[in-house]
Amino acid sequence: MDYTLVIALEMVRAVAWLVLLASGLAIIFGMMRIINFAHGEFLMLGGYTVVISTGNGVNEWFAMLVLAPLVVGIFGVLVERLVIQRLYGRILDSLLATWGLSMLMIGGVTMIFGNSVTGVATPLGGMSIGDYQVPRYNFVLIFAAIFLLLAIWAVLKFTKAGLIARATMQNPDMSEALGIPTRWVYMATFGIGSAVTGFAGALLAPMTGVVPTMGVNFIAQSFITVITGGASVITGTLSAAGLLGSISQGMTFLTGPVYGDAALLLAALVLLRLLPQGITGRIFKKSL
Amino acid sequence: MEKPVTRDPGFYVMVAIGLAVMFIAPVMLDLFTIMQITQYVVLSVFALSLGYIWGFGGILSFGQAAFFGLGAYTFAVASINMGSTTIPMVLAFIIPTIFGAALGYFMFYGRLSDVYLGVVTLVVALIFWKLINHTAGPEYAIGEARLGGFNGIPSIPTLHIPGDPGAWLDPGQMFQVFMGFLIVVYVALRFLIASDFGRVSVGIRENETRASLLGYDVRKQKVIVFAIGGGIAGVAGAMWATYQAFIDPNSVSMEMSAKALVWVMAGGVGTLVGPIIGCILLQWLTLQLGTVDVVNSIAVLGAIMMVLVLALPKGIVPTTQSLLLGGYILWKRNHGSAMPGKAVKE
Repeated sequence: MDYTLVIALEMVRAVAWLVLLASGLAIIFGMMRIINFAHGEFLMLGGYTVVISTGNGVNEWFAMLVLAPLVVGIFGVLVERLVIQRLYGRILDSLLATWGLSMLMIGGVTMIFGNSVTGVATPLGGMSIGDYQVPRYNFVLIFAAIFLLLAIWAVLKFTKAGLIARATMQNPDMSEALGIPTRWVYMATFGIGSAVTGFAGALLAPMTGVVPTMGVNFIAQSFITVITGGASVITGTLSAAGLLGSISQGMTFLTGPVYGDAALLLAALVLLRLLPQGITGRIFKKSL
Repeated sequence: MEKPVTRDPGFYVMVAIGLAVMFIAPVMLDLFTIMQITQYVVLSVFALSLGYIWGFGGILSFGQAAFFGLGAYTFAVASINMGSTTIPMVLAFIIPTIFGAALGYFMFYGRLSDVYLGVVTLVVALIFWKLINHTAGPEYAIGEARLGGFNGIPSIPTLHIPGDPGAWLDPGQMFQVFMGFLIVVYVALRFLIASDFGRVSVGIRENETRASLLGYDVRKQKVIVFAIGGGIAGVAGAMWATYQAFIDPNSVSMEMSAKALVWVMAGGVGTLVGPIIGCILLQWLTLQLGTVDVVNSIAVLGAIMMVLVLALPKGIVPTTQSLLLGGYILWKRNHGSAMPGKAVKE
């Protein structure tokens, strides 16, 4: 009984993990149809923000929940202004440019901080379920994922900004014609997506440690989740994360973590063969 | 690309340069330099594989290193087990080709394109990289060859004369053989591109919908192009493995895929000379920068990639071509004889 509970908890945590990893990317993809190839490095930047600020005596939770999103969000806006906005309408070029940015960031951070892992203590310690020890931090991840999805949903559904965002997502030309400055909407979207990514990176830091090349370990999962989910931010991310998270976690239980990743990819490939535009692709108004 | 290959003087010039380098360089240059140049030759073949599928098939693969690594590992495992290098070299073409066809089936029959295609190819390469990195234990062995995980596979046999495993090639001969490979790949691709098959590929690149409305099977065409590209990358990987006598998961890494992309971008998409020139120039630059400790070579590669996209999206060769053509037209105009419009057409 306890064991089943622990496994169930691990499954939910795997799904929450994917949701956290992919949300920021999904926001940008859903709005602009751009995959930010520097996504892993945005996560890394969030992690480093936590490491540096806690090292300077800032409260850990404040660094995670406020500082990291703020820093990465501002960085995202800068990137959008300097690079992305020059490449609208050239989707593949924007992928190449962000990939270049990703390498520039890995190299740059390595030059500044060196190529070693910096650990962050996991807050809250552990608790026991029957005979098993589980880190309390798992619940933080799960609640953070739920909170994130609810927040995105609420903003999109109930605010003026959300209305404008949905309109731009659905038909950019018509929105432009109605006087919505779509370029500013895109900039804000990229900034918010980056901030969410920074938030995720900060939450991941205690579990993985921080190193300049850490992004590589997460991008496969995040890209695949977003692509499988399709353009709709919340349903897409949630359904893809639910499906892929449980498949890969199940495989991990059966055979070990290496094949978990491979199973995730295989499942995604088959799924994309059947639903080329992702799970939520059927409500796509426009093709890419 | 409208002329037949056999009537294009540029084609003969390229082949002549290739042959000249192949035969003169080992005589003129010392052994160390020859060994240095050999790596440009190997990587040029890799660059050609991406240059072909991207420039002439419209398939932008972000994970071309997957095929490079697959070829390298195939060659390493097979040659260590067989003690010979001839059949492993053939296998290093066949297995990546089959893998390319299989992956291509999933992608193109699923009608993935653009972003989706890029991400899926990238993720495939990443998973390869992760899987190989985790094969460090002694239980991961194929026959005699231990995969070695992040430590890589050491002591991969040097290429030898087919049928005679004792007759190893010395570095000069190896250079000549690899130069021969490069020329063969270049010539084969030129003829392939000029054939009906190649023209259909270019047609698909230009306008996929139109090509399929005209009755061409876009999906099948793309699968074949992708598989051929995979096979060529596989051969390049095998050459890399035997040249270094060592292979490790870095050959499948994102950096390797990115390098190929940067070479093709720098040289020019839609040409075959471009990727070779881009590869030589940038690889040389990377080696030079590697001797300077202050600057991180990955950062430089990334910076080059961004600058290329933003400032020189067409690449070196097409930009030079149009500059030269523009200059020629101006010169003609100033010297009285009016140029008819056809010279403007590339």
